[in-house]
Amino acid sequence: MTTSVSPAAALRAEGPAHDQLGIVDCDIHPAMRGMEELDRFLSPRWRKHRQEYGIRLRQPFAGGDPYPKSQPALARRDAWPPGGGPPGSDLDFMRAQHLDFHGIALGMLQPLSVRGMDERVPGFAEALSAAVNEWQREAWTSGDPRLKATICVPGEDAPAAVREMERWAGQPDFVQVALVTRALEPLGRSRYWPIFEAAEHLGLPLGLHSLGTSGHAITGGGWPSFYYEEHQAVALSLSALIASFIFEGVLERFPRLKIVIIEGGFGWVPALGWRMDSHARALASEVPHLRRRPSEYLRHSFWYTTQPVDEPEEPGHMRRTIDWIGWDRLLFASDYPHWDSDDPRHVFKCRMSAAERRAIFAGNARAVYGLPG
Amino acid sequence: MPLATHGAIDCDLHPVLPGCRTLLPFLDDHWRAEIEGRGIDRLDLALWPRNAPITARADWRPAGGLAGGDVVQLGEQVLDPLGLELGILNPLFGAPCLHNADLAAALCRAANDWVAREWLDRDGRLRAGMLVPVENAELAADEIERRAADRRFVQVLLPGSAETLLGRRVNWPIFAAAERHDLPVALQLASATRFAPTTNGWPTYLIEDHVNFALTFQAQVLSMIAEGVFTRHPRLKLVLCGAGIGWVPSFLWRATKEWRALRREIPWVDRDPADIFRDHVRITCQPLDVPDAPDDLALLIEMIGTDAMLLFATDWPHWRFDGLDALPPGLPEGQRRAMLRDSALATYSRLGELVA
Repeated sequence: MTTSVSPAAALRAEGPAHDQLGIVDCDIHPAMRGMEELDRFLSPRWRKHRQEYGIRLRQPFAGGDPYPKSQPALARRDAWPPGGGPPGSDLDFMRAQHLDFHGIALGMLQPLSVRGMDERVPGFAEALSAAVNEWQREAWTSGDPRLKATICVPGEDAPAAVREMERWAGQPDFVQVALVTRALEPLGRSRYWPIFEAAEHLGLPLGLHSLGTSGHAITGGGWPSFYYEEHQAVALSLSALIASFIFEGVLERFPRLKIVIIEGGFGWVPALGWRMDSHARALASEVPHLRRRPSEYLRHSFWYTTQPVDEPEEPGHMRRTIDWIGWDRLLFASDYPHWDSDDPRHVFKCRMSAAERRAIFAGNARAVYGLPG
Repeated sequence: MPLATHGAIDCDLHPVLPGCRTLLPFLDDHWRAEIEGRGIDRLDLALWPRNAPITARADWRPAGGLAGGDVVQLGEQVLDPLGLELGILNPLFGAPCLHNADLAAALCRAANDWVAREWLDRDGRLRAGMLVPVENAELAADEIERRAADRRFVQVLLPGSAETLLGRRVNWPIFAAAERHDLPVALQLASATRFAPTTNGWPTYLIEDHVNFALTFQAQVLSMIAEGVFTRHPRLKLVLCGAGIGWVPSFLWRATKEWRALRREIPWVDRDPADIFRDHVRITCQPLDVPDAPDDLALLIEMIGTDAMLLFATDWPHWRFDGLDALPPGLPEGQRRAMLRDSALATYSRLGELVA
């Protein structure tokens, strides 16, 4: 039995600001000061298109959000860089406030503001995806070796997505492939399988950050009224996403595919496994291509970033929840600089052994992404 | 030794209506002409294909005739062998999902009459939920007002996915009428498919629709909490039929955490949503969707924080268990007693009137 460390003791041991774990933060959001930052990576044709039409999504507003967020730019109030620009747009300030302050050893970038896969014009989707990847390299990974980029792809056009993956696959600073989670179809559908085949072949995990305007209502019961509801619907969407991968047989076909589910928390994961298994008996004849219990695919092929962390009143309930999911399945994420970001010092209120902390804050991520520490 | 279910109250039984033509005796001339003249008959819900194994247990399918199709089957298959004292009929009939609210209203009314005549009149152990045309709250409230006089109807049935999320204000006349008559509202595993089953689009398989419906139930509960339905109607109870309970702990943790951060947006939610949930939401016990280890069920209920949430149900004729094995293993004695009877009596005041 390893020594258990209380959160308070962990803080004392680590000092006020530096965590000695060598934290791997699996969800950091770099921002642009403006879309024009992409122009230098766009051809004249798409530069002109961007300037005249901009990104067009399946939602009511050309700019703005049908569910206004709780904070400007979705961000922590203290994350606006003193030198100007939106939160997450200034590498020096991100270093000072986040990477250095928390002793982040590796940070996985998740650019959200431009979503190539979400764009409705196919050619523009492809151009935007490539531009965002160039921008990540130029503005971020080349400026700080701790930052790792996510390969954005125009996933609705699988051959184009595969081309973009192959362009970046050999580059050590590009460690995963991003698809929007609310796509035109549930991601398990066969139209996306060439992407999975390439990801498995190239050894790239899928890093699926909750994102996308599918045009479908945000819940199976329709459109909620409030951000309070929309924000919680994220986990619902991710649960259905995983079910799609499993029941379509993606993991039977691509058993070495790794899928990281980002920014949905994890408290809901056990219930997904239980419900899939309880229904797999009466409905087994519909999905004979599955050779294992659904929850076994869950246990084998999926990982989850921790933010926004679940907060049961009883610390023991958190521990049991993680038991159900597997201590090797959780990857710490801060979601910096967003308003609901998690602070690595305070995120878990339950006792953890040193080995458990190392796994969740660093080791699990290094294993998934193949980044030796 | 009697079965543990002896004297229990089954809160989720599904009588199967053969089709709209069965309702002709309960319809007026206009609607009879519509049903016959337009050839309207089967309105089975897509979530429950008649021959799918989940829709009826193999040994509950009669050699001839319709599984779940008559009151004699129900007695022989469930009420008698399990020794049940009362059972609540919740027909999964598609009429509320029609786009024409007048047609839906006529068929719901006729189906409720059919349930009263063919089921309630023929077995004194039975009670029922009433179908209402959910797409038009005024017509739905009319049916509640009309039907409430028959005290054997103990709740209002709504499809788990309708025209809008149910907490939306357009639906409030339904909740007002339900509360006025001490009728809980029960959500069924039924969809009008006004929306894709998930925000990710249309999944491929029936099993996905059933698995994902637990998510739709959650969205509905959150909608009713966030819109203030329970603030406005403090006596209203919400029953989820077929939702499972595995999701409840993390749902409550999230609902509380987000409310602490975002309550300014919904100021009428004036107390912890988890407490609102525990006071107002009840869930039938088939399916349960819990871990294999029996001890974990007690832990889950501890996480949920109330012994009053679970309502006993067989979900007849759906295939949820074999033999007479209707009780989930691992439920501590006190919670089992609450689930089998007491929680139902506390949820449905009309059951108590008639039991005494």
